[in-house]
Amino acid sequence: MARLLARFAEETFWLARNLERAENLARILDVNETFSRDARGSQNWPSIVHLHADTERFFKKHQAATANTVIHYYTLDPDNPSSIISCLSAARAGARTLRPLISTELWTQINVFHAWFKTLTPSDIGRSDLSRLCARIKEGCQTHTGILEGTLYRDESWHFYELGKYIERADQTTRLLDIKYHMLLPSVADVGSPLDVSQWNALLRSAAGYHAFRRVHPRGMSPGGVAGFLIFNPSFPRSVMLSVTTVEEILGRLRQRYGLRSGYTALEVLDGIRGTLASGDIHDLLRSGLHEFLDWIQVQLIKVTDALGEAYFGHPPATEGQSQEQQ
Amino acid sequence: MTGVLEHYDQAAFFCEMLGRSGNPPDYTGAIRERLASLDLAALQRRSEDAERELYNLGITFTVYSEKDAIDRILPFDVIPRVLSRDDWATLEAGVIQRVATLNLFLADIYGAQKSLKDGIVPADLVLGNANYRPEMIDVPIAHGAYTNICGIDVVRDDQGKFMVLEDNARTPSGVSYVLENRNMMLRAFPDLTSDISIRPVDDYGPRLHSTMVEIAPPCDGDPQVVLLSPGTYNSAYFEHIFLAREMGVPLVEGRDLVVENDRVYMKTTGGLQRVHSIYRRLNDDFLDPEVFRPDSTLGVPGLMRAYRAGHVALANAIGTGVADDKAVYAYMPRLVKYFLGEEPILPNVETYICREPEALAYTLAHLEELVVKPVGEAGGYGITVGPKATKEELERCRALLIEDPANYISQPTIQLSVCPTLVEGAVEARHVDLRPFALTGKSTWVLPGGLTRVALRRGSLVVNSSQGGGSKDTWVLG
Repeated sequence: MARLLARFAEETFWLARNLERAENLARILDVNETFSRDARGSQNWPSIVHLHADTERFFKKHQAATANTVIHYYTLDPDNPSSIISCLSAARAGARTLRPLISTELWTQINVFHAWFKTLTPSDIGRSDLSRLCARIKEGCQTHTGILEGTLYRDESWHFYELGKYIERADQTTRLLDIKYHMLLPSVADVGSPLDVSQWNALLRSAAGYHAFRRVHPRGMSPGGVAGFLIFNPSFPRSVMLSVTTVEEILGRLRQRYGLRSGYTALEVLDGIRGTLASGDIHDLLRSGLHEFLDWIQVQLIKVTDALGEAYFGHPPATEGQSQEQQ
Repeated sequence: MTGVLEHYDQAAFFCEMLGRSGNPPDYTGAIRERLASLDLAALQRRSEDAERELYNLGITFTVYSEKDAIDRILPFDVIPRVLSRDDWATLEAGVIQRVATLNLFLADIYGAQKSLKDGIVPADLVLGNANYRPEMIDVPIAHGAYTNICGIDVVRDDQGKFMVLEDNARTPSGVSYVLENRNMMLRAFPDLTSDISIRPVDDYGPRLHSTMVEIAPPCDGDPQVVLLSPGTYNSAYFEHIFLAREMGVPLVEGRDLVVENDRVYMKTTGGLQRVHSIYRRLNDDFLDPEVFRPDSTLGVPGLMRAYRAGHVALANAIGTGVADDKAVYAYMPRLVKYFLGEEPILPNVETYICREPEALAYTLAHLEELVVKPVGEAGGYGITVGPKATKEELERCRALLIEDPANYISQPTIQLSVCPTLVEGAVEARHVDLRPFALTGKSTWVLPGGLTRVALRRGSLVVNSSQGGGSKDTWVLG
């Protein structure tokens, strides 16, 4: 039995992350568009730029973070490495490299999806079209996920795909939550007001979590309830808790079934995250600072990625304070 | 003739569907009847479906001369090219004979060099050839099979006679299109293909894998086969993927391999794993920076050491390029007789070797009738087709010939056979050639049919995909 090439393991990992990123970016743009329909709308778009730590790069190109500039920057701008077109181009290039491993159906879908997205022009991404566009991007990404689930041979490569998918998901959920936190900052007085509740509602819907939330909390909706749900719920497919637990399981299976014993450092970091989550309480978090907590999770996930790179992808050990994560 | 062939005009050429003018062969009867019942609009529609499918599949061919067109579809023509059982028997035997000669010749020039000493081929033509690799002298090669994967380009003249135009003994490409075209044909035209006995082509992948196993060095258990590709930017990357998938083996790049103790390993998630047999789609120059081009980042340092030590097999062997050189080609009929004591089953196209003064003089005097080809190039680059060339092109060619005659051969223009082809909404005659593929390990097997390339430009004789060519499904009737 031939082992998986280290390079293919890494490509598979990033294929998952790029698709997951594109989908979540569509979700973030969509939810922001919903928020910005209220009176404070003009404040919202810069938060997306802050969220991605893109301030410097963005303002080199644009004078102001308006709906038009931000939407363009995160959808069609090929110079922005975290735009949807960049994610889809990277995903397509990765899928092309991985053609020996993935099904023809999976490749064809990415190829056609990418080709469609490349035909879009600025006139196709106006604010009135954004919601429809985001829906189509989400659908494209979910079609990919579905074909993958139904056709990818469940050997090592599938495990690396799952690792990428859930690490990215955990990361993106923290970002989705963080954007809300950014928006609330200037107006703590609004917490709990009807306006605020409608925004949390929209946030949940953008993560496809509204109905799941209602099953757990039939009545009422508080910021703590929503944030707690997205972070701690063990059954919601996009929660930080479920993602981290899944990553840990998959890594364990890779070690047992394929005898890949070198992922120890990654497991240690994951253990730390899960321990913190298990003993955490959302009200403590809101008091001590949600943003700081989310930031800490993101840093831990980068550590996990770096550890995987050293253990399985053939990367040299990272020196202190230097991350190897691709952007 | 009704249906899509109603206005078809084969002119003075031999037609693969209709034979010589006014004399359609029986074996194309069934397909002709079916084409007659189709109308042009229906054919066009299905052709567009097929084209869309190819686009969606991203079946691509990189064209180096068109910088921005990284991904381009190799056009697929929906009207098949049909070969009779008898014609195929001749072709198959001729290809096997040709490959056997190439391998004996290669074993000789990297061994005893008898054919050079006996003056069959000028020694300097071989030993001074840029593709001759002295590093290969006395390197043992399993079963004497140097060119394990070989493509012989065959054309047909206005009498329907087959002749060899070119040997491809290095890394011939195009076999993936043979298999994909057949799949496409079966999907898009189930009614055209049903009840006609066509010899299948889908056995190629397993056969190729068997060949790679046959040449592998001895090892415990199954030898590990890999396909070595230069990477995603290579023009034939699609084919590399395709063949790796068909064989079920890893598609590796040079950076995935490492040589330790004269053994080759690949870098996997669980560390290094031994590799025994490499189907390399990388030119000799790039294989090992320790021995060949030191600037190559595509190869594997130390590969040649492992190869010479007999710890890894390479297909094709290093140094096969000298045998398919256009200058050596001219001597192939004599080499067939020399090594096998047989008459060539497939003749050569008459060839003038411009390094010889009389041949140069003849070529310069008949430039407007001849096709002039540089000996080093592949892929149809640098060819001057006399009858089609402008005055300026002929003069440029003349200057090049005088400056470096040894770099050129010339051949009379062959009135290549034609095949009905769907072009811009009409069915017209277009010139075709044929590249059968032969696999050689312990013995030689020829894939039934091969790649039919078609020159889509009206009147063009150049069928190369890099020069506006397309391809057709090739049917060998059973």
